[in-house]
Amino acid sequence: MLKTTPLNQTHRAMNAKMVDFGGWDMPLHYGSQLDEHHKVRSDAGMFDVSHMLAVDIKGESTRAFLRQLFANNVDKLTQPGKALYSCMLNPQGGVIDDLIIYFLTESWFRVVVNAGTADKDMAWMQARRDELAPGLEITPRRDLAMIAVQGPNARAKVWQVIAGSQAVTENLKLFQATTFDQYFIARTGYTGEDGFEIILPATDAANFWNALHAAGVAPAGLGARDTLRLEAGMNLYGQDMDEAANPLESGLGWTVDLKSERDFIGKQALLATPVTQQLIGLLLLDRGVLRSHQKVIARHDGTEAEGEITSGGFSPTLNQSIALARLPSQVSAGDEVQVVVRDKMLRAKVVKYPFVRNGKSLI
Amino acid sequence: MDIPTNLKYTKSHEWVRLEDDGSVTIGITQHAQELLGDMVFAEIPQVGRKLKQREECAVVESVKAAADVYAPISGEVTAVNSELQSAPEKINQDAYAAWLFKLKPSNTADLDGLLDAAGYQKVLESEAH
Repeated sequence: MLKTTPLNQTHRAMNAKMVDFGGWDMPLHYGSQLDEHHKVRSDAGMFDVSHMLAVDIKGESTRAFLRQLFANNVDKLTQPGKALYSCMLNPQGGVIDDLIIYFLTESWFRVVVNAGTADKDMAWMQARRDELAPGLEITPRRDLAMIAVQGPNARAKVWQVIAGSQAVTENLKLFQATTFDQYFIARTGYTGEDGFEIILPATDAANFWNALHAAGVAPAGLGARDTLRLEAGMNLYGQDMDEAANPLESGLGWTVDLKSERDFIGKQALLATPVTQQLIGLLLLDRGVLRSHQKVIARHDGTEAEGEITSGGFSPTLNQSIALARLPSQVSAGDEVQVVVRDKMLRAKVVKYPFVRNGKSLI
Repeated sequence: MDIPTNLKYTKSHEWVRLEDDGSVTIGITQHAQELLGDMVFAEIPQVGRKLKQREECAVVESVKAAADVYAPISGEVTAVNSELQSAPEKINQDAYAAWLFKLKPSNTADLDGLLDAAGYQKVLESEAH
């Protein structure tokens, strides 16, 4: 039996093509994934991300607990409403999940975790809480829905739909959130475009979704969400990193705070492990489509080294295939590598990512 | 779903049209196109290539996945639809117009094993369960 979000019937009423996404019955697209992708880059689209889980962590010592729990440093969160992207590591330094932490008050932080890892994350956080901060309350909020509205016109559309919201949200900076009525509105996203991610009571989700649709926001499925995030160079848990991966070899070094004195779970293992690989971008020069798990062969100073594509696909904005690949550290942007695609060796150029931001190619 | 009755089909979702000159035209079905979603790439065999029945001979790739196309019958490739190289979305627009390649059959008995529209309908029904 697949799990459903509060918008399941709404998706079906909009003729979504539904798929089993890690045990959730989710919309893949509503007709054309490419149209949905372009709509988000040029105007505004919306995604049901209610399969992700908001977790509230409450109690006096919350910040001290999160300092140990997460690889990024919650002490960067000084202003209420500020958000921080982080990995949660195991003691071996592997990535249990990547998540966003919102600082609301000193005794209330909210964490949003991936759908496929939610049960594992809850169990891990509760077990660490029992050891380190037994007084804290950790509450999964399945009573909430989440809708991401993304695109250059996304914020204006939200203001049109939620009367009075413009005054309180137009000055939000990137990675900042606020509450307004029953809405928790964050200027975050997973597309490389401006917009909001909005958390609201599950019972209001369908009305809000329909109001956004009436305002001209296009429904967009998980298919477009994946091509948008790949162009934006954002990691996908389970593909670009997992419990076997080192975050420093997964393009996530910028989220791991090794500079402060603070200790956190996984830190000692990271300090003890040499970094020999990197996550870097590929641009396919030949015709075809790069896909995850394809083998990459890099030649450097007469030696051959292998790597693997972690996420690959077709970039609708660039109209060619792109990928994220885990390659040996000595490979650098500008190099040409070969990718084994079925029975062929295709040429690809190594590039820095993101590939696309705010509707524009960065390649 | 309308399955044209003037075509033959395979279980692997290719359609086959018998032409007056004895050649056959091959494409992928509307059902296959719907499953795959927006097409972004098609790799089609070269003219002159000799194919065995059920051999992997082309690849169509959508935003979602790559799918092999199998030769419905044995034969030699006599023409390819090169328009699909620059416009693979033609397959989405009309799967039964966007042909991939044409074959000159080397063994006309192969044609007897193909499904008619009713037979293909049954394949789709059994896959839906």
